[in-house]
Amino acid sequence: MSDAVASPATAAKPRRQLDRAVVRFAGDSGDGMQVTGEQFATEAAWAGADLVTLPNFPAEIRAPAGTLFGVSSYQLQFGSRRVYTPGDRLDCLVAMNPAALKVHQRDLKDGGLLIVNTAAFEKKNLDRAGYTGNPLDDPALEDHYRLHKVDITRLTMDALEGLPLNVKEKERCKNFFSLGLVSWIYTRPIEPTVAWITKRFAKNPAFAEANTRALKAGYHYGETAEIFTECYGIEPAEMPPGLYRSITGNRALAWGILAAAERTKLTVVYGAYPITPASDVLHEISLHKRFGVRAIQAEDEIAAVGAIVGAAFGGAIGVCASSGPGIALKAEGMNLAVMAELPIVIFDVQRAGPSTGLPTKTEQADLLMALYGRNSESPVVVLAPMTPGDCFFVAYEAIRIALKYMVPVIVLSDGYLASGAEPWLIPDPKTLPDIPVSFRTNPEGFAPYVRDEATLARPWVRPGTAGLEHRIGGLEKENITGNVSYDADNHDLMVRLRAEKVRRVAQEIPPTTVNGPAAGDLLVVGWGSTYGTITAAVEEVQQSGKAVASVHLRHLNPLPPDLGQILRQYERILVPEVNSGQLVRILRAEYLVDAVGFNRVRGLPLSTEEVREAIDQLLKDKR
Amino acid sequence: MSEITEAPKKYTKKDFESDQDVRWCPGCGDYAILSAIQKMMPDLGIPRENIVFISGIGCSSRFPYYMNTYGFHTIHGRAPAIATGLRLARPDLKVFVVTGDGDGLSIGGNHLLHVLRRNVNVTILLFNNRIYGLTKGQYSPTSELGKVTKSSPAGSADRPVSPCAFALGAGATFVARTVDRNVAYMEETLRRAAQHHGAAFVEILQNCNVYNDLAWNVLYDRESKIMNELRLEHGKPLLFGPVDDRHGLVLEGATPRVVRVKDAPESVLWVHDDGNTWKAHVLSQLWAPDFPIPIGILMQVEAPAYEEVLLEQERAAIAERGPGDVAKLLVSGDTWRIG
Ligand SMILES: Cc1ncc(C[n+]2csc(CCOP(=O)(O)OP(=O)(O)O)c2C)c(N)n1
Ligand code: SF4
Ligand SMILES: [Mg+2]
Repeated sequence: MSDAVASPATAAKPRRQLDRAVVRFAGDSGDGMQVTGEQFATEAAWAGADLVTLPNFPAEIRAPAGTLFGVSSYQLQFGSRRVYTPGDRLDCLVAMNPAALKVHQRDLKDGGLLIVNTAAFEKKNLDRAGYTGNPLDDPALEDHYRLHKVDITRLTMDALEGLPLNVKEKERCKNFFSLGLVSWIYTRPIEPTVAWITKRFAKNPAFAEANTRALKAGYHYGETAEIFTECYGIEPAEMPPGLYRSITGNRALAWGILAAAERTKLTVVYGAYPITPASDVLHEISLHKRFGVRAIQAEDEIAAVGAIVGAAFGGAIGVCASSGPGIALKAEGMNLAVMAELPIVIFDVQRAGPSTGLPTKTEQADLLMALYGRNSESPVVVLAPMTPGDCFFVAYEAIRIALKYMVPVIVLSDGYLASGAEPWLIPDPKTLPDIPVSFRTNPEGFAPYVRDEATLARPWVRPGTAGLEHRIGGLEKENITGNVSYDADNHDLMVRLRAEKVRRVAQEIPPTTVNGPAAGDLLVVGWGSTYGTITAAVEEVQQSGKAVASVHLRHLNPLPPDLGQILRQYERILVPEVNSGQLVRILRAEYLVDAVGFNRVRGLPLSTEEVREAIDQLLKDKR
Repeated sequence: MSEITEAPKKYTKKDFESDQDVRWCPGCGDYAILSAIQKMMPDLGIPRENIVFISGIGCSSRFPYYMNTYGFHTIHGRAPAIATGLRLARPDLKVFVVTGDGDGLSIGGNHLLHVLRRNVNVTILLFNNRIYGLTKGQYSPTSELGKVTKSSPAGSADRPVSPCAFALGAGATFVARTVDRNVAYMEETLRRAAQHHGAAFVEILQNCNVYNDLAWNVLYDRESKIMNELRLEHGKPLLFGPVDDRHGLVLEGATPRVVRVKDAPESVLWVHDDGNTWKAHVLSQLWAPDFPIPIGILMQVEAPAYEEVLLEQERAAIAERGPGDVAKLLVSGDTWRIG
């Protein structure tokens, strides 16, 4: 981090220039940490920084106040250079109560900024967090960190004096005081937050006034309180010019569907049963009835996938989203679409663990399930977005491929992409690839399983088309006629045809982007949400002059046709994944290369630091 | 929603017969049901291409292959869910669901419950043979307690469910029962079901002559039928029994009782009102030998169909703010310009 002292024109205190910072707000789930973090991200983005966010909230809806498992946090990294991850180690931690300190302290860098709300460090909260004494009295804390003990609660109450609110209501504004303070520390503009508060509390001017006052009080406190001796500036990042917005992965998935609906002018039936972390796709879709997307909240995931298979049979686009346990339930429905050769799209917003596992935590462990987790030979197309914004393009692409090849497509997102946000250069929908749709209407030479030569797709027929009445189903069928068939050779042929159809989707995959030298000592291969971490780690290693490159796969089935060739240009191959080694197995099996995995399965994204260390280690072990 | 402009041509039964060989066991009750449905289809006046039969898995669920309409033979138990998605996508189609006692009430009980309570506009035909036919004769959720089958050599310990009571409990808006061996009456009931707006549920008592022969003999046998079959006719008293000694039903509070017509004044007899949901619940509980078995339409009421409510919401949203525009959506909310 290059630190240069700048002379601030406005602030009275010295301002130091940084090129990036990692900040985390942590508190009780009732402390409003998500809103605080989101608003800080908005402020950072307004000031032109690139950023990546990481919200983290407890699985319990109303966890008991003050407990360790009730801690909610929001982290972001923002910077003047390209930012790929929410950051590993914190430059600044705001701990609104003892539990938050206890849970998050270990992530704070030595010498990092630690802001605590002293009012919350009283007996009851200390007990609940499992502290025997008050950690703020421990001199070690001040030795390790730049500790700022601020009575945020009292300062907030003072600022709100005279407002017609009760004590509880006033106290609830304290998160905006913290936000104001951190905004001052990192010279972020508070205007967007003032505007947000005004809009959010439009119906309740007293709350609007209180939160705005708390925000400003925090900001001024930074300016005037003697304990803060400097603030930090971060220059705007060099980003491609254009109009930006913040977008989460789940919203991007939903909007990708809307874009495909608009382009194809087809009805979309969206089937879902609520499940963390996929529910927000359903919520988002449900807001947009004007786009011809018909959402059904089904009785379970089996019905959800059934409904979309029915919709696809009817000539509509069928899409559903779920997470691990729900995807497991959908297996039979997906296989019906495999047999009936109907286009459906399934989003798997992966979460951690088998069974209920860790519902709110992230993981990449459904890859093998997506590829192989259905009975018999069941080839489907599998795609994975790399960033929250990429979810938009991948959702759209999934629908395009499904319709073109008459196949089910699975999209592997995850909890990290789902709620993580990034500044997103807003695309012009007109620039998206076309999705041609042609329904068969000509009865001449028609049979349900006659195939297109290039794609092997069978014709899509809308019921309602006279002369094309036909029956299909899950029983094996004779190629071309679609008649039920138990013939041995026909079955073998159909198994091959279904696989070949998916294989041909490789025609759609653009040349793989290699980040770094085209040949060298080591290639890092990743997929899905590890894109940011791997890219950041590889760029760091590259800066030290090493011949290391990375590729990131968006297409997992079929794999990019040029991948084998690329793999052979490097001496070693490292595959970091948030699972016990799934892609690495596939690469080894598919290309007979000695790829090694780097695997951590903690319900958290990988850290840049550990990936970099794994790269260094493998370079050292080089044969 | 159906936008049928020209009057459909006059069909005959033959127009609904597909080119597939029918593969049920000879003597199976499914043949009679197939024939009745093919015969009744022309009366619906719906173009053949606008009709879809969706089924689950089971002998009964082979049905769509034999209809010369659109058809989809899907997954065990899931036909109601698939039909719901199809109706939502294509409210212009006439959709039938064909299911069995195992398919509809065991593995698919959940979906059957929800398609009925949502009142999706589909006609559901449940072929009840009180056995798992396709898997060669295990007891089903409608098999009687103590039923001896391959999987229950000591008699089944499961208490049976009444399909009609289930449907009523689920909030169905049309509930009827018919018998495969009474073709003319079955045809009439099926026609009424197909013409119902909303989810129509018909339990068809069907004979599996291979694994559960004569399970409905009380209603087949000339003699026993007399005291065990209760024909439901809207507006008429509930009567059964021999011509010279008619029996009737009376309701005492919520409790039904059998009376001899000659002993009871006409005014106390229970007159069937198929719009009365309360009484339909009582009817659905009547079973032999204590009571005769009601055959016909137990209840039919009007209620908005699920997909029409959703489509109305869509229309209202478009009327209010115009059709969706993705370019506008992408730039809605907080945005900022760089460069
Ligand atoms: C998931 C699944 N489990 C089990 C089966 C096997 N199976 C096929 S049909 C059937 C029972 C069918 O009984 P019913 O619905 O009464 O139909 P019937 O054959 O009597 O007409 C079973 C258990 C299956 N096809 N799929
Ligand atoms: S097994 Fe029974 S239900 Fe199935 S076709 Fe044969 S007779 Fe009919
Ligand atoms: Mg059966």
